[in-house]
Amino acid sequence: MDVLLQQLINGLSLGGIYALIALGYTMVYGIIELINFAHGDVYTLGAFFSLAILGLLGVSGELHGPPLVGFVLLTIAGAMVLCGITGVLIERLAYRRLRSAPRLAPLITAIGVSFILENLMQLWRGPSPVPFPEVIPNPSLHLGGVEITAKEILVVGLAVLMMIGLQLFVYRTRIGKAMRATAQDRDAAQLMGININTTIAVTFLVGSALAGAAGFVSGVYYGTTWFFLGFGAGLKAFTAAVLGGIGNLTGAMVGGFVIGVIEAFTTQFISDQWSNVVVFSVLVLVLVFRPSGLFGEALPDKV
Amino acid sequence: MNARLLRYAWVLAIPLVPLVDRNASHINFLADAGAFMLLALGLNIVVGYAGLLDLGYAAFFAIGSYAYAMLASPQFGIHVPFWVMLFVASGIAAVFGILLGAPTLRLRGDYLAIVTLGFGEIVPQTFLNLSQYTNGPNGIASLDQPTLFGYAFGFNPVPYFYVMLALIALAIWLANNLRESRLGRAWMAIREDELAAKHMGINATTAKLSAFALGASFSGLAGVAYASKLQLVSPDQFQFSVSVLVLSMLVLGGMGNIAGVVLGSFTLSLINNFVLPQATNIAHAIGLTVDFTNYRFMLYGAILVTVMLFRPEGLIPSRQRRAELRAALADPDLSRRENAEYTQASG
Repeated sequence: MDVLLQQLINGLSLGGIYALIALGYTMVYGIIELINFAHGDVYTLGAFFSLAILGLLGVSGELHGPPLVGFVLLTIAGAMVLCGITGVLIERLAYRRLRSAPRLAPLITAIGVSFILENLMQLWRGPSPVPFPEVIPNPSLHLGGVEITAKEILVVGLAVLMMIGLQLFVYRTRIGKAMRATAQDRDAAQLMGININTTIAVTFLVGSALAGAAGFVSGVYYGTTWFFLGFGAGLKAFTAAVLGGIGNLTGAMVGGFVIGVIEAFTTQFISDQWSNVVVFSVLVLVLVFRPSGLFGEALPDKV
Repeated sequence: MNARLLRYAWVLAIPLVPLVDRNASHINFLADAGAFMLLALGLNIVVGYAGLLDLGYAAFFAIGSYAYAMLASPQFGIHVPFWVMLFVASGIAAVFGILLGAPTLRLRGDYLAIVTLGFGEIVPQTFLNLSQYTNGPNGIASLDQPTLFGYAFGFNPVPYFYVMLALIALAIWLANNLRESRLGRAWMAIREDELAAKHMGINATTAKLSAFALGASFSGLAGVAYASKLQLVSPDQFQFSVSVLVLSMLVLGGMGNIAGVVLGSFTLSLINNFVLPQATNIAHAIGLTVDFTNYRFMLYGAILVTVMLFRPEGLIPSRQRRAELRAALADPDLSRRENAEYTQASG
């Protein structure tokens, strides 16, 4: 029972990271029906940007008190801004021109962008894993036989906060309304005076910024990062988005946590060698038997 | 007709290359490039003809290679002859093409791409994990070397060069005939408009499955030839980057056109295994420490992005494919209508 609970907690913290990435996939798919294959690599960039910012700030070890809060917030904000800009640039350079091309064309450029980013990161920080400073002190909470670390609380807490922020942004602001309108019907939205290009750019900005935050969190959580991190994580997060019903924000969050828990249980009860196979099998099964996902009511295929 | 034949007369000179060029490393390079050309020709059937974006094509290459490694090596003490294995492995790959293609039949284009990518990850991972049969990460080594009428190939690249050449000739002949066949026209109809194709009485299920099976069988051939030449298979030979490399060959040369695919695959192999290492050597000779081979992924990526943005039909386009891709760019509404219909049809 303790093992089950412990793995549930591990899974939820993993899932927090996947959920943050999945939001970016689902937002972009919702608005331009593109699987933004480079999104996983924007997440990796988030980890590397955080590493660079921490380096600039001269942080290399544990922090306490106000500096902890200040530096962590600064790093997250920096990584989010830089990743957001990267996302907007990617959309502008590689996707916008193909917005009305056959739908496989931008998917192919997205794969291209992903390879370019991976190569750049490999050249930047080398092909091997890079250690990430342990900025968060590590006291842990013991509840019965279960251990919850400060990192895990940070991951889940931050993920939930970001998601609440995103919900407010999408459902309570003017630009959020423009995003929903554009996702529903691009032409009609344009006729209503919405600037489609800006709206899509904002979608990329927000989605990529969330991936940037996830990148920082993953660095803290794993204590290491490497250029190829985003490939596997991106596929799992995409699985989460599909599982939740692509285009659906709540679905992506729930999907992220579910995938995290599935991965943790696979690692515990089968073997971590098979965790990728299990997650991809989930993807295949969902797409084949319930392509609209768990929450896929609201978004019928656009005609 | 004669003029057309004359244009391809230089092809007859290719078998003479090993007689003129005695440098074994050049012939070795050509034989390896041949294996990737076979892969590209196979993927062209799936992506170029039928329009099914398969991002996990390396899985079938893996299946072909491992089939040879398990049935023609000391691993289990089974030694099926190379020439028989060509048929067996392409058959096995074709069966897996159908098995892995079947779940994707109802999916629309981009989901199909991701599911095939998933299979492309699962297959090598499975070979890695089943280490009691496959030796896990070490792979299977000392595979049988082919013999022909008592002549042992050994480590000489020249006979492999001729085997590749023969297989490519066969693949081109097959691909050409397939394109002109009833099945080939069905593929292209599905690619252009699946709903309309179905209404014309085309059985989309059969057509798609045959595309997966035939495409996979080519990579079964490539797998056997490549594995026997390399003498080794291991799971890391079949990563996602291999699928993307082969896709880049198609995109560069021109999806759906055999001449384009041949040109694209040869150009990329040349850059990959010849130009980049040579450029690195030259750079080192003049005192630079840059290693251009580290830029490979960026090269594939840059090809995918720039070609799709500026010349989506590739270097040597197929006329139909060019019309499809260009029409969409020229008339956004047309493409949006088509996408919508496509979504309706498959959703």
